[in-house]
Amino acid sequence: MNNQDTVQVTMTVNGRTRVEQVEPRLLLAHFLRDHLGLTGTHIGCDTSQCGACTVLLDGQAVKSCTVLAVQADHQAVTTVEGLGQRGGLHPVQQAFWDKHGLQCGFCTPGVMMTAVGLLQQNPTPTSEEIREGLDGVICRCTGYETIVRAVAEAAAVMAGEAGPSAAAANE
Amino acid sequence: MIPASFSYRRAESLDDALRWLAEDPQGSKLVAGGHSLLPLMKMRLAAPRRLIDIARVSELIGIREQSGAIVIGAGTVHRDLAGHPDVRQKLPALAEAAGKIGDLQVRNRGTIGGSLSHADPSADLPAALMALAATVDIAGPAGERSLAVEEMMVAPLVTGLAPDEVLVRVRVPIPAAGSRSVYLKHPHPASGYALAGVAVAVTLEPAGAVTAARVAVTGAGVVPFRATDAETVLIGDRLTPARIAEAAKAAAAAGEFAGDALMSAEYRRQLCRVYVERAISALVD
Ligand SMILES: Cc1cc2nc3c(=O)[nH]c(=O)nc-3n(C[C@H](O)[C@H](O)[C@H](O)COP(=O)(O)OP(=O)(O)OC[C@H]3O[C@@H](n4cnc5c(N)ncnc54)[C@H](O)[C@@H]3O)c2cc1C
Ligand code: FES
Ligand code: FES
Repeated sequence: MNNQDTVQVTMTVNGRTRVEQVEPRLLLAHFLRDHLGLTGTHIGCDTSQCGACTVLLDGQAVKSCTVLAVQADHQAVTTVEGLGQRGGLHPVQQAFWDKHGLQCGFCTPGVMMTAVGLLQQNPTPTSEEIREGLDGVICRCTGYETIVRAVAEAAAVMAGEAGPSAAAANE
Repeated sequence: MIPASFSYRRAESLDDALRWLAEDPQGSKLVAGGHSLLPLMKMRLAAPRRLIDIARVSELIGIREQSGAIVIGAGTVHRDLAGHPDVRQKLPALAEAAGKIGDLQVRNRGTIGGSLSHADPSADLPAALMALAATVDIAGPAGERSLAVEEMMVAPLVTGLAPDEVLVRVRVPIPAAGSRSVYLKHPHPASGYALAGVAVAVTLEPAGAVTAARVAVTGAGVVPFRATDAETVLIGDRLTPARIAEAAKAAAAAGEFAGDALMSAEYRRQLCRVYVERAISALVD
């Protein structure tokens, strides 16, 4: 096999099956942005530090600048575009809005995807666990206080939705 | 940053991986989580001709108990290691070390086999595994062999693995009744890697006498190391603060420390002493 050869990848991205020819060296972040036009996934540091590029891979938060597209072959990817829509925001998006969890918004897609991944592993995190869960994201302008509050709010809403107090939590 | 071009194959079995590695051991690299290798490739510090992806080789993944040991597949991710009930209960130092690696996203991707094969001198798992007397099983063209984790960590980024070998599993003997272990980490404020990571495992008699002890240190020294002199100090009667301090001093004397832009060798030695003292103290009532 020649080094420049492309290989076929099949991925379910935000619920839709995508089949593309890619170079093995193509990063998942570039696949999402440049091949699929899903530019909600941001590239901040490009060195695995900032978490702006975080997406869900088979439900788990990963830094897409540190995953090859070929490694995600036949897996499911959720980006921020797949989280919710206007008028039907995901509870994490709604909580970031309500609690002022963003300022410039550059880090926000990655922070929200990390939060979704955290809540998936631990639906009822303490404030300490939220801070630890967000260790892999860097926000340069909002300040982390309101981000932590937003994630706590989302956790409460999501826990409420599953239980009897759903109506109250959503008001 | 984009890696240099390479060809890619996904192994379905250990056999695939061994066969493909044997075709070009120097030009090929295994990739598991990719969280040590891909950053190097993006910076063009590594440029393998071929990547062999072992992340989906099911025989390399999972944690089970077998003949008195917890056996961990090389492809097991840090998240699963940190959260596994048997590991948490029987090997607390290992669960704690895995839970303190990097961040949530890194723990979702990185594997125990990748960490040991990459041999970063500040990696967390080597200290916990040395303190828990773990060994690794390695497969190669000539069959399987085993090494103690101490023998894996040869030098920074240098291991006991040959280029045509695959780390298959890690075996951690289940400690005797009365055993306790702990991992304490002083992370670098920016990178999160251990400036000092200390794992201690002891076996105590009901009255407090120490019948077995192992102490291992990562991050502070040039390579992760076992502090056998400190272990000798610990074995004997019920521990006193004075003997704990003496053991910590022995551990600091046992390591090889080097200064860098961040801190001097003396500071690292001091960190090692303080963290060994705290780790041992955390284990005794
Ligand atoms: C932002 C960030 C922060 C991190 N922080 C920490 C930290 O605090 N503490 C810490 O300990 N680590 C940390 N790491 C490293 C992380 O734990 C890595 O995942 C781990 O070191 C390598 O595992 P991997 O599966 O990703 O290996 P890969 O990157 O896939 O492989 C690493 C090397 O091991 C070889 N290899 C992989 N599997 C095998 C095998 N089964 N047999 C033989 N060779 C194999 C590969 O060929 C390669 O040379 C961090 C990484 C990142 C990106
Ligand atoms: S862009 Fe991926 S971690 Fe910063
Ligand atoms: S909102 Fe601006 S960097 Fe986080």
